[in-house]
Amino acid sequence: MANITLRNLTKSYGPTEVLHHVEGTFHDGELIVVVGPSGCGKSTLLRMVAGLETVTSGEIAIDGKVINTREPAERDIAMVFQNYALYPHMSVRQNMAYGLKIRGLPKAEIARKVRDAAEILEIGDYLDRKPRQLSGGQRQRVAMGRAIVRDPQVFLFDEPLSNLDAKLRVQMRLEIRKLQRRLGVTSIYVTHDQVEAMTLGDRLMVLNAGHVEQFGTPIELYERPATAFVAGFIGSPAMNFIETEAADGKLRVGVASVSIESAHRGPATLGIRPEHLVAEDDGPFRVRVQMLEQLGANTLVHGVLDGTDAAFVASLPGVRAASEGDVIAFAPKPGALHLFDRASGKRIDGSLSRCDRAPAGD
Amino acid sequence: MVENRRYLDLATHIVLLLGIAIVALPIWITFVAATHDAVRMTQVPLPLLPGSHFLDNLKETLFGSGLSGTETAPVWRMLLNSLVMALSIAIGKIAISIISAFAIVYFRFPFRMGFFWMIFITLMLPVEVRIVPTFEVVSQLGLLNSYAGLSIPLIASATATFMFRQVFLTIPDEMLESARVDGAGPMRFFFDILLPLSRTNIAALFVILFIYGWNQYLWPLLITTDNSMTTIVISIKQMLEAAEQSPQWNVIMMTALLGMLPPVVVVVTMQKLFVKGLTETDK
Amino acid sequence: MLKRVHFPASPLPYLLVAPQVIITLVFFIWPASQALWQSMLVQDPFGLSTEFVWFENFVALWHDPLYLSSFTRTAFFSLAVAFLSMSFALILAGFAERVVRGATTYRTLLIWPYAVAPVLAGALWVFMFNPTLGILAYGLDMLGYEWNHKVNGGQAMALVIMAAAWKQVAYNFLFYLAAMQAIPRSVIEAAAIDGAGPIRRFWTIVFPLISPTTFFLLVMNVVYAFFDTFGIIHAVTQGGPANATTILVYKVFNDGFVGLDLGSSAAQSVILMILVIAMTVLQFRHVESKVEY
Repeated sequence: MANITLRNLTKSYGPTEVLHHVEGTFHDGELIVVVGPSGCGKSTLLRMVAGLETVTSGEIAIDGKVINTREPAERDIAMVFQNYALYPHMSVRQNMAYGLKIRGLPKAEIARKVRDAAEILEIGDYLDRKPRQLSGGQRQRVAMGRAIVRDPQVFLFDEPLSNLDAKLRVQMRLEIRKLQRRLGVTSIYVTHDQVEAMTLGDRLMVLNAGHVEQFGTPIELYERPATAFVAGFIGSPAMNFIETEAADGKLRVGVASVSIESAHRGPATLGIRPEHLVAEDDGPFRVRVQMLEQLGANTLVHGVLDGTDAAFVASLPGVRAASEGDVIAFAPKPGALHLFDRASGKRIDGSLSRCDRAPAGD
Repeated sequence: MVENRRYLDLATHIVLLLGIAIVALPIWITFVAATHDAVRMTQVPLPLLPGSHFLDNLKETLFGSGLSGTETAPVWRMLLNSLVMALSIAIGKIAISIISAFAIVYFRFPFRMGFFWMIFITLMLPVEVRIVPTFEVVSQLGLLNSYAGLSIPLIASATATFMFRQVFLTIPDEMLESARVDGAGPMRFFFDILLPLSRTNIAALFVILFIYGWNQYLWPLLITTDNSMTTIVISIKQMLEAAEQSPQWNVIMMTALLGMLPPVVVVVTMQKLFVKGLTETDK
Repeated sequence: MLKRVHFPASPLPYLLVAPQVIITLVFFIWPASQALWQSMLVQDPFGLSTEFVWFENFVALWHDPLYLSSFTRTAFFSLAVAFLSMSFALILAGFAERVVRGATTYRTLLIWPYAVAPVLAGALWVFMFNPTLGILAYGLDMLGYEWNHKVNGGQAMALVIMAAAWKQVAYNFLFYLAAMQAIPRSVIEAAAIDGAGPIRRFWTIVFPLISPTTFFLLVMNVVYAFFDTFGIIHAVTQGGPANATTILVYKVFNDGFVGLDLGSSAAQSVILMILVIAMTVLQFRHVESKVEY
């Protein structure tokens, strides 16, 4: 059983601090996805858990035992690398047996474990091939086999699907999920792809420039993003952001305004997801159409908010038609508005349920 | 790399420094020997720290009449010979190899492959393997004891040609096509486009070939009987012989230092080019 | 071989290859064929007439104990030089690979011996081991071990091996370092996570992956020891004492230029030629097999 606890974790390279006070507890059996844009520090975090990077300050504990100073070999972890990192001169079988041989397991047991893992991953046919004779997807499975065979406390995945083509990626994603559920091993999975993150993770940790923006379930992140960054990162197409001012319980939205019940005054950012908009003649979001994306299942309307040059996207079900220059009005679905503080990016709570369109010319 | 064990980092530096010390030891001893006077250099044990006679020894070695008891030419003359030989070999090799490679890669003409294989064969014939007959040819041509005789027989080896061929093969076809569209003939293409693109390779090769030329031993030994034509590298042999009777180790070691200085300076200052040259010619 | 886009035939390409081809013909092909021809001739004692004897010279060499002992001696010499300089270079490269800062400085300080002429290397080492004055001979003397390579054949061989190997370490170091740096870091990290310590990692992962380089260096070192070490032998031991350091290339020179036995010297040249060709072909064949990541 393995819980992982990160306490006040910080990492610096010389004078530059790249991870700031990261905290989190990962429960036994969870698949935690650490997601964020390039350079946010997610790989560094993973490598610190693996023992491949030193900890500048803070603690990493597995099952209550602090492991900061332990070598990677002593941490009972297994890692799947982005470029698979298979030993090129060894066969698949030897690749998988390597770690077990080092630990001195008897030959018969090693053979059994390798066979079992190969069966789960359906790579039994390639056991005697060398890595260069395998395709990308096959190599990925061998890399996972090498991890499984060790029966570790923790699995670490460092963007394992980035080098695969799109279709394979979708397929492997599900396989990894099923595998992890079946084995029940606590796992940390790093990716920059938010779709991957949403489908795989029990809980997501969103990192941005070394800070944890939010740590919660995918739905939490979707429905109640803690910061504007998370709101814009999760969900595709991305959330619309409108810079506005709150005054007297009203927010200006282009040529219209929205009523709010919030104590907030001053600059704010209003957020509304494209898929949470309904076309309504007196909706407050008036969009001048620039382009349509016909996806079949839905239509993306790209345009600008009337009276401004702020870009705006709305998603409507089915096939819709419109011409460039048309103005379509949208209303938000109930409870779908988000408000963020302009300066800090943090979520402002408050009821934004009422939404009136003030008369034009206000 | 992976471990954070401090002791491993310490061990690394210790081992490397030890290695450098062992590698540098002979040079240090040589340098020390070149800084003492002749008398001190006959007393056992020989010094481990430098003395104060560096400049004296330098002057005597360069301009003096060589070792007493020998008839060697002054060392400055030998340095000159070495320089001329090394430069001739390096420049000569590069010049004829690059135009050969150009012809073989960019022209279709009868016997093209024949010439290629002929050049390839020279890879397998280092001078040590054909010394007697080559000597005869050179002497028949009257090239003994001359700069030409020192350098020309060593110019036509295949390594440089092969390297240039490799480089030319990787240059995109579009270069030639656009040059032709612009109206360039073959030689103009060669000088205006190919040559500039090959600049770093030429420089890298020059470093390697200069060292090769400077350090030649067997060949200059055979064809120079006239003392004024000896190179510094083979004069060491004569000095070592003389050392049997009257050891003047300070002069000998100073000569050795002078003999190794130019190539070492070239390697150290042009390290990147040197490494590039080594790794690309020895494939 | 030929670029897809090329120039048509004209006098020009012939002019371009002419210098190299002419020099190759005059100074390579012609002398080589002369050597072949001479190897099948025997001169009478007065140098007045020559007789064509097919392979008699070769047969004589095969039965000549001096030649055979020189052959085995050369093999021993080249393997010793190769082993010594490659091992030393491997260790240094292994440690140098770990260094992040100052790597270039270390490299500079270790590769310059490549620029030293073999004969100068020999001069340096013979100076250090000079029986009367040499600093290392003196040190050995203090430890109770008498050193005189002018008399002791084994010591003479040891001396030339050390001088030859010392010079080659730089070359081997460069290639080994490059090969080690070409191994993807993640493979090493994976091995560390699998539980392999630094020494095990080196022998089970790094060493196998640089085996193409090891093979390449082995051939290059043997060729070096066979041919480029002439200067060391000539300047330091002159093949002695009592032929203890007479390697094949020195024998060719000695028999040909000093002993003036042109037939035998030519035959020896031909045998060396065959050896070089064999080693070159071996090298070309094996450059094909590379390790893919």
